[in-house]
Amino acid sequence: MEEFKPRIIAFLCHWCTYTGADLAGTTRQQYPPNIRIIHMMCSGAVDTIYILKALIDGADGVLIGGCHPGDCHYQTGNYKARRRIAILKEILNQVGFSDDRIWLRWISASEGKLFADTVTRMVEELQKMGPNPMKKLWLA
Amino acid sequence: MSKSAMLEVKNNDPIGTLRDFFRDLLEKKIVEALLIPKKLPSGDGYCQTLIRDPEMLVDVNPFAPTLAVQSARIISHLTITEPGSQIGAVLKSCEIRAVVELVKFLQVKLDRLILIGVDCLGTYEPSDYAKMNQQEGEGISITGKLLKGAQQGKIEPQDGYDLRLACQICEYPNPQNADVIIGLFGHNPQKEIYLQLQDGLADELAQEGILASSEGGSTSRDSVIERLTEERLKRRDEVFDAFRSRVKGLQDLMDALSTCMRCHNCMVACPICYCKECVFRTPTFEHKADQILRWADRKGGVRMPTDTLLFHLIRLSHMATSCIGCGLCDSACPNDLPVATLFRAVGQRVQGMFDYSPGRSVDEEPPVATFREDELQAESGKT
Repeated sequence: MEEFKPRIIAFLCHWCTYTGADLAGTTRQQYPPNIRIIHMMCSGAVDTIYILKALIDGADGVLIGGCHPGDCHYQTGNYKARRRIAILKEILNQVGFSDDRIWLRWISASEGKLFADTVTRMVEELQKMGPNPMKKLWLA
Repeated sequence: MSKSAMLEVKNNDPIGTLRDFFRDLLEKKIVEALLIPKKLPSGDGYCQTLIRDPEMLVDVNPFAPTLAVQSARIISHLTITEPGSQIGAVLKSCEIRAVVELVKFLQVKLDRLILIGVDCLGTYEPSDYAKMNQQEGEGISITGKLLKGAQQGKIEPQDGYDLRLACQICEYPNPQNADVIIGLFGHNPQKEIYLQLQDGLADELAQEGILASSEGGSTSRDSVIERLTEERLKRRDEVFDAFRSRVKGLQDLMDALSTCMRCHNCMVACPICYCKECVFRTPTFEHKADQILRWADRKGGVRMPTDTLLFHLIRLSHMATSCIGCGLCDSACPNDLPVATLFRAVGQRVQGMFDYSPGRSVDEEPPVATFREDELQAESGKT
């Protein structure tokens, strides 16, 4: 059987995690190539529609990266993202969809290694979980 | 603080007695317009009517046992710009809770509004009510039958008909946050109606010679409400439990929603979905054919129109924290999907995360509109 290669859609904030991902590259950190990055201005700008649409269309995991609490370039965007995502995950839990395919992580512009480690760990976890059951859900 | 008064019922006609009370409110300019359910000329139902002329009060019924439209939407429309007149609104408990939520979303202004809440006897589906009216004919009061059970809090629907499920499981039979409460429970509506008035208004009514009120409440009403609430909570939890044991996985949810045709009626009927332009009705969701073909390619095939599951889950993420449980989404659904139960059962859990009770107070911030710095640490992977 062909090895399962999870596909992750990542929404990364411009000021911290996107720059952190850039640093991971420039400092030659190694991490799995399973991630497709979408550059956002703020984690607070990640609409729950983006997360769900990605999952329903077959992404195996969604990573939302933002600045550490207190460090948001727009003061409070990451706090709003955190609450929004917590609500979304509880809703998904309630309807029987495991919420552990959605990862919210705070990774600053200087934490290139943390970014690489996070992606590595997420890929490992998703490999254990197997493909997203929504992938074949034609009725969705 | 509030005061209370007992309205003596004339000619065994509680609705007629209240009509006189409303006439006083209009004539003495306590309110300059009154929003109240008025019987349709066909007799097939009621519609909220904004009344200026007291002569129009004929056929109004504050206890109208149907709810075709959530009045909170009407109130929003009437108060979002300065109405220029003091408006009184006769509302059921769920409508007031929706008003409270819309105040917090800046869609209703309370400044020129007097909320008149009624003890609710429950409501029938509008189509059922019309059928009853056509079968029973003139002279038989559908409200009258429900009123008979009000004193004991044992409300019996018409033979062969049920009240709407949302009403059967409603744990708020009595209104909160109203300026005037028209109480039925615990009193014989053929003889007396209990009124509870917010202090300022009580003084105003006394000055105008409409009604004298005093301190204190009604213990008989309180005990009936307590028992009724308990029964409803029990019934509610049974319905939630049944739903939760039915929907255990994604496939179960898809089955429960399988006949959805994405007509958006649940959204249109929902008082909490107040957006003037819903994202699901914008060009964002007018997907290009090649895009849809790509999705179909990936999954082998795709249901059309697309995005049914996304619609319901996103609607949940927008309104579940503020769902007040009026159940008008159920009534609006042409395919009888259990949308109200879904929204309420899920809503209960997400509201619980923030110890939030929609409609409880205008001073509590809705969970989606605020945050706390020190909350939800585990959300970002912290253990």
